[in-house]
Amino acid sequence: MNRPGVRKAVPKSDKKVSGKTVKRLMSYIKNYRITFIFVIICIIISAVTGVIGSMFLQILIDDYITPMLSQAVPDFSGLITAVLTMAGIYLIGVAATYFYNWAMVKISEGIIRKIRNEMFAHMQTLPIKYFDTHHYGDTMSHFTNDTDTLRQMISQSIPQTLSSLITIVSVVCAMLMTSWALTIVTLVFVALMIFITGKIGGKSGRYFTKQQTDLGVVNAYIDEMVSGQKVVKVFCHEDKCKQEFDALNDKLCQSATAANTFANILMPIMGNLGNLLYVVVATVGGALAISGVFGGLTIGAVASFLQLSRSFTNPITQVSQQINMVVMAIAGAGRIFDLMDEKSEEDNGYVTLVNAKYDKNGELTETDEHTCLWAWKHPHGDGTVTYTKLEGKVELFDVDFSYDGKKTVLHNVSLYAEPGQKIAFVGSTGAGKTTITNLINRFYDIADGKIRYDGININKIKKSDLRRSLGMVLQETNLFTGTIMENIRYGRLDATDEEVYAAAELANADKFIDNLPDGYNTVITGDGGGLSQGQCQLLSIARAAVADPPVMILDEATSSIDTRTENIVQSGMDALMHGRTVFVIAHRLSTVRNSDVIMVLELGRIIERGSHDQLIAQKGKYYQLYTGAFELD
Amino acid sequence: MIKKLMKSIREFKGVSIATPILVACEVGLEVAIPTLMSMLIDYGINESNMDYVVKMGLFLVLCALVSLFFGAMAGKTAAKASAGFARNLRHDMFYNLQEFSFVNIDHFSPSSIVTRLTTDVTNVQNSYQMIIRMAVRSPIMLIFAMIMAFNVNADMALIFLGAIPVLAIGLIIIMKIARPAFERVFKSYDKMNNVVSENLRGIRVVKAFVREKHETEKFNKVSNAIYKDFNIAQHALVANMPLMMFCVYACMLLISWFGANFIIDSGNNPALGFTTGQLMSLISYAMQILMSLMMLSMVFVMITMSRASAERIVELLDEKSDMQDCENPIYDVKDGSIEFDNVSFAYGNASRHCLDNINLKINSGETIGIIGGTGSAKSTLVQLIPRLYDVQKGRVLVGGRDVKEYDIEALRDEVAMVLQKNVLFSGTINDNIRWGDENATQEDIIRVCKLAQADSFIQQFPEKYDTMIDQGGTNVSGGQKQRLCIARALLKKPKILILDDSTSAVDTKTDALIREAFEKEIPNTTKLIIAQRISSVEHADRIIVMDNGKIDAVGTHEWLIENNDIYREIYSSQQKGGDE
Repeated sequence: MNRPGVRKAVPKSDKKVSGKTVKRLMSYIKNYRITFIFVIICIIISAVTGVIGSMFLQILIDDYITPMLSQAVPDFSGLITAVLTMAGIYLIGVAATYFYNWAMVKISEGIIRKIRNEMFAHMQTLPIKYFDTHHYGDTMSHFTNDTDTLRQMISQSIPQTLSSLITIVSVVCAMLMTSWALTIVTLVFVALMIFITGKIGGKSGRYFTKQQTDLGVVNAYIDEMVSGQKVVKVFCHEDKCKQEFDALNDKLCQSATAANTFANILMPIMGNLGNLLYVVVATVGGALAISGVFGGLTIGAVASFLQLSRSFTNPITQVSQQINMVVMAIAGAGRIFDLMDEKSEEDNGYVTLVNAKYDKNGELTETDEHTCLWAWKHPHGDGTVTYTKLEGKVELFDVDFSYDGKKTVLHNVSLYAEPGQKIAFVGSTGAGKTTITNLINRFYDIADGKIRYDGININKIKKSDLRRSLGMVLQETNLFTGTIMENIRYGRLDATDEEVYAAAELANADKFIDNLPDGYNTVITGDGGGLSQGQCQLLSIARAAVADPPVMILDEATSSIDTRTENIVQSGMDALMHGRTVFVIAHRLSTVRNSDVIMVLELGRIIERGSHDQLIAQKGKYYQLYTGAFELD
Repeated sequence: MIKKLMKSIREFKGVSIATPILVACEVGLEVAIPTLMSMLIDYGINESNMDYVVKMGLFLVLCALVSLFFGAMAGKTAAKASAGFARNLRHDMFYNLQEFSFVNIDHFSPSSIVTRLTTDVTNVQNSYQMIIRMAVRSPIMLIFAMIMAFNVNADMALIFLGAIPVLAIGLIIIMKIARPAFERVFKSYDKMNNVVSENLRGIRVVKAFVREKHETEKFNKVSNAIYKDFNIAQHALVANMPLMMFCVYACMLLISWFGANFIIDSGNNPALGFTTGQLMSLISYAMQILMSLMMLSMVFVMITMSRASAERIVELLDEKSDMQDCENPIYDVKDGSIEFDNVSFAYGNASRHCLDNINLKINSGETIGIIGGTGSAKSTLVQLIPRLYDVQKGRVLVGGRDVKEYDIEALRDEVAMVLQKNVLFSGTINDNIRWGDENATQEDIIRVCKLAQADSFIQQFPEKYDTMIDQGGTNVSGGQKQRLCIARALLKKPKILILDDSTSAVDTKTDALIREAFEKEIPNTTKLIIAQRISSVEHADRIIVMDNGKIDAVGTHEWLIENNDIYREIYSSQQKGGDE
């Protein structure tokens, strides 16, 4: 399983906002077309009611209060109608605001769920190569950070930006209607505000990037030290760790302070620029009203213009704050789409695996029952179907393979596993043992050569059926959070409790399971917390045993199990796999000794092959290994 | 919980307190500005007094500038206080983490510790900043705006008071619905992360068993739970804004109606009563009150969302090391003798003892082999010697004294242990070996590497002892890693050396060379060797056979072959199997 150098860090691409990403996001919104149109209408209503609200003051003063002041007996009926009309408009505005916010939550949660589910389902189809070349943490963050920012953008940034833009447009219209001279003054000011926002926003963005980088460094340090915490304790290295951590932590603190300072300063600057705008408008407007130039202004007009200028600053501040958010979210969406665009495993197979039985005429036919007999179902172009009995014959002819297309790790490998044979691979780390088994189950596809399974080219076999026919036990056990029962049943989901117990017994896991506080219902975590490495391996053997596969691959499956227990497990496995093909990879030669054929690999080539006795007699590499003259790395 | 977190503010208390004060000054000016503006309209524009307009205007500009100054300062101190608070939190958590005993470490998964130190702290940091800025700003703004409103016209301002209970009840209802939903969301989130992470790590298992659909269904189930609860929570929260708008609009309409009446009564004469200028400033205050209430509700949301994070942080801070130093510790370990006196031990609250009533005496300088099946508690036994775990019953003695009487650091310096699951750290080979002794010279390092049979392969690297080791030591082979770990332990020059299955990936010949070197170079060190290979222990002075938490037999290789069934079985399994 260890292939040093294969898993490499892929530098996080600094994705720029691209039109393609935006277009793709829009296609998700399309499913909510009607709702979204309603949302836009509601946003317009809500923004316009807000603007009308600011205009209302002028109307109130100019059209009602001022004339009424001159009346001896003021007539309030007009005022009542005006106030009631306004109340109606406001109510519509409130309802519209509620509706669009409510609908946006519905839309954004729906889209996010869809993206999340699609992303996970797609991830499951990706070839192993993807997982080799991407950090777990990066992929994890697509499910958390990237979707979170996207959610925030859809549910908040989009409606807020829309509403702000509409407000700005309607305010400008209203201003123009009131006084074009004052409007020009205001617009000059607004230009200044946008300029300042851009400047500070850019600076803050730079520091935020630095903060993310520093946070990444701290994250990596904690990760490394926490994983090695027990070693730290044994060497009393706590103080040194504390010092190193403090240095990194201080750096993070500095960049976080800088980033937040700029972000925090933005608000008072914008707010007070708004105040300045107010003063300027008041002064200029006052001068205009008093002097009467430019067609003169009423006092009510100046008053309502002042009100309008106040409703100007808020949307601008909001848009400027949202821009950062939107850029971040679209970059995140770009990363999510990158994952979704990764090519799935190709599968052109059409040969499937079915349970089989012999009918009265002795012909092989398909059946739903769980017989211990399998057949390859081979449909032909003319509509006929033939069944080939699954025997477990695996042949490799002149196979070459490379992980990255450059460095060849398997050269010219040929091997013939007859049905029922036990085939062992022996060799140093990196010799290519695991690679061979990964080619048989098509985790990777070969570069050159042929692989035949019961005479069928494995490329013609449907991947899922090919893999179902191969039981795998890996050195890294990778259990899943859940009960022990569920973990064993993972091998075959419809296995009965009795079958699970039998598999556990076969793997010699039943003894320690019975000793656990809740027996088979004990909940374990994915890393097997609380269980020893050996116990995890016993569980993973039980998991494969319950699947009862026609062919089994054991990749260092018993490396952490002591030799005595291993003997018991092995005799159980031998009984289960009697007459079926088994591939074994092991470091301990005692594990492979009773194999029918042992292949010794070195640097991607098979250098010796034969039974234990033959290889000993050859006095070659295997003999050296066996006598302890050579070391396996 | 809050008290516990507050302890981490420390040197940032100054800026933390300065922020609300600065914010208060800023808000004070911000609230005064509408009043000044109404004066500008009433006495300046309405009276056509341009002089007054200019003077008042300049004064207003000055106010805005001062307010800007306070605002910027507050922004700066708030950033400093919150980033500093976060720094201290991480510092405290990491320091506490270093105090953890093995029991504590087993308690938390590494990924959960990393999340607590990063994401959770960032959440709390953001909330803290929000609290010291907004939580002060909003109420002050609210109160100031109210006072000013009352100042303008007390009768009219009463309208605002009427709106407050409506708002308060609305907010309480919203929070009642949103909060539990949010808490469920966070739990589901943890679950979702777990599913994704297990799938990423175990993708080969998923694919090998063709369980892609099964896993996708599992994921969709969690994903749907998040969808459902997020909808509940967010739908409650979005009622916030319309509720505010409703109240403020209602106030504005009432002010307009009554205002108009009052103005007409007074004839828009400031001396007689209500004026248009006052009406405008009241409306301004209504807006300010709306804004402050909106911020306040945002603060509520933030606090709700970060509460889960705060709890997770406190959990880590509250975790007390279960290993207490004794009052007058001994710093000197006399010799390398070890004694187990009626020792029983169980992990956590497990009812079943892992080790049951162990009695054993090991002399200084002896070489002891330990052998036994998976789960026979070999590792557990030796982990008690450097006091990685505390016994529940009985005593473990090193150099004739109970291990609990020693200073832990002094004890562990003398008892070097090479762990089964061992780790190298990113850095050079030299850096890694120096963990054993920071002040070691290059000669010391080469000497221990020769002892551990590591020098030969290190010399073959182009950069020799300056070769960089990747995180987790993935760029050296298993056998090389084990030898480096042994060298690292040897550099301590310990009185007791424990090898817990530390040569499993080393070939038998090198294994033998290491043992030979030990015998020759460090004859006075007590050596405990756990192994699965008989060949690794057969030359030991005595071999302990462990079975199911008990010592089954102690003796020499020859004696055990004759008299012990388990030992003979292991021996024959390996003879037949072939490891020598």
